[in-house]
Amino acid sequence: METENNASNIIEISELNKWYGDFHALKNINMNVKEGEIIVVCGPSGSGKSTLIRCVNFLEKFQEGNIVVAGIELTDDAQKIRKIRSEVAMVFQHFNLFPHLSIVDNLTLAPIWVHNETKEEAREKALKFLERVDIREQAEKYPNQLSGGQQQRVAIARSLCTSPKIMLFDEPTSALDPEMISEVLDVMVELAKEGITMICVTHEMGFARKMANRIIFMDEGQIVEENDPINFFKNPESDRLQLFLSQILTHDE
Amino acid sequence: MAVNELQSTRKPPISQIGAILWLRTNLFSSWTNGLLTLASLYLLYIAIPPLLDWMFLSANFNFGTVNILGFDIKFSEVMANNDNCGREAACWPFIYEKFYMFTYGFYPREEVWRPDVFYGLTALLIVIVRLVRNYKYKNRVILTMIVAYPIVSYVLIAGGFGLLPVVQTHLWGGLLLTLIIASVGIVVSFPIGVVLALGRQSDLRVIKLFSTIFIEFIRAVPLITILFMASFVLPLFLESGTNFDKLLRALIAIALFQAAYFAEVVRGGLQAIPKGQYEAADAIGLSYFKKNALIILPQALKISIPNIVGSSISLFKDTTLVLIIGLLDMLAMVNMTSQDIHWLGRETEGYVTVTIVFWVILYSMSRYSRKLEIRFNTENEN
Repeated sequence: METENNASNIIEISELNKWYGDFHALKNINMNVKEGEIIVVCGPSGSGKSTLIRCVNFLEKFQEGNIVVAGIELTDDAQKIRKIRSEVAMVFQHFNLFPHLSIVDNLTLAPIWVHNETKEEAREKALKFLERVDIREQAEKYPNQLSGGQQQRVAIARSLCTSPKIMLFDEPTSALDPEMISEVLDVMVELAKEGITMICVTHEMGFARKMANRIIFMDEGQIVEENDPINFFKNPESDRLQLFLSQILTHDE
Repeated sequence: MAVNELQSTRKPPISQIGAILWLRTNLFSSWTNGLLTLASLYLLYIAIPPLLDWMFLSANFNFGTVNILGFDIKFSEVMANNDNCGREAACWPFIYEKFYMFTYGFYPREEVWRPDVFYGLTALLIVIVRLVRNYKYKNRVILTMIVAYPIVSYVLIAGGFGLLPVVQTHLWGGLLLTLIIASVGIVVSFPIGVVLALGRQSDLRVIKLFSTIFIEFIRAVPLITILFMASFVLPLFLESGTNFDKLLRALIAIALFQAAYFAEVVRGGLQAIPKGQYEAADAIGLSYFKKNALIILPQALKISIPNIVGSSISLFKDTTLVLIIGLLDMLAMVNMTSQDIHWLGRETEGYVTVTIVFWVILYSMSRYSRKLEIRFNTENEN
């Protein structure tokens, strides 16, 4: 397995166990992510994939194991957690934009209040990122005035504003209408090409096939199988993955 | 395939427009509604004319000669007194003569310019807040006023600091005292309430327990009891000789009381904020303080505006309870002035006046809250 201690590992997860009450949600997870790697995590619902990436920025507490992110070990220490969170950005299924702030204020909030940038700097950078996700002209509107796809692109731009080393995507297209999925995936593909480290929980197998360096399949709180995209789809080893692939690919292709 | 010719537009049937439609949909939409409408009209008919008659038509307005803004306005040769004022209708000269008591209590007459300036400042403040809404530095202006206004008001009314002669708090009364108790109560209790609400939601057990106990204890006790405690029981625990101003004690009691209510109102708002907002704020690395100040509270307070104002209106009315610990607010002044042997039996006029003053103030508050809601809403909805 992936236990060799590579110096360029940006995320190292070892022996991770998490329970919700009595429910064993993550079972003995070991996983390393190299800088610049694109990882796609998939699996049936309730398999613990979201929980896993939410442990990486400590939105979920875990009971056993170690996670080292960008050289910082995750503990209960609030300062360390904030340090990690300023290096790791997250994009949520339901976007979670701040509805009381305009789009541009959504983007400048973290740079101003967490990274101590001036208002002008932050605004300039925010507009640049909005340009990149192609919604520069919506800067002064409020989140509720935008479509789901536009909101998700704003959310991605918001996470980019703090120049994160790692981006976590938690089912970024699951809450979108079908015609809006591609506009968000296009942005993600652009990001992937630029070499930012990404962990994506998603069911978009087209994206996984095209962009991922590695695909991880989870079921019942465990990593069942991981492989490069070609072998992942061509030669699935476990029965569970074969079943999963047959279920989603019949509709997909 | 048939092609229809373009039809010309025409007006809706006469029964569907204008006054007739309005009457039908609002007053006579069914026969029960029609009956209720007629019953209401009858009630208004038996209540309104006598009231108008009592207040205006048959009322006595013989104020004598009144100087308004430098003009002498003559209402009658001499001012009416209790005997020739009539008993069937309102005797407004009584209110006119006791106007000072109703507005200032026993505040020394030679210092009366000070509460007047205070009233003026308050009005000015409201006007300025409205005027600077679009001004670039409005936050700075408003912040300055929020800090300066209470200090200036305190120095004006209480005096001291070598600037103005001291006026003891037991001389304050009437509308002046009502406004002071209500505004201090609301302004001081609000931040405490927000902190308690956050405390009750906190992950830290001790803070959560303390906040919950405080809120539930205060809310389970009537305000009168808390006022009595503050006024009569608290001094028993303090060293004899510590003289702790009676008004101050009442203010502390009211602020703590109101804080518990505000806490519950704000908690309601906090609970309406989706979990995703907390997660998004956490995920970008905001500290607990910044998360609440920038993301959570602005949204929670906005949702809570109607309840915050509602709770403030309740408090404003509850301030009248201070009369039982001997503070002479506007309502207490009615009792006081109607015991004047020259004006016996004129409580009704006093109560009607207090009712009108309270109604004007509280109705404005409620209108203002409506406006705030609409303003915040248009900002971010489709």
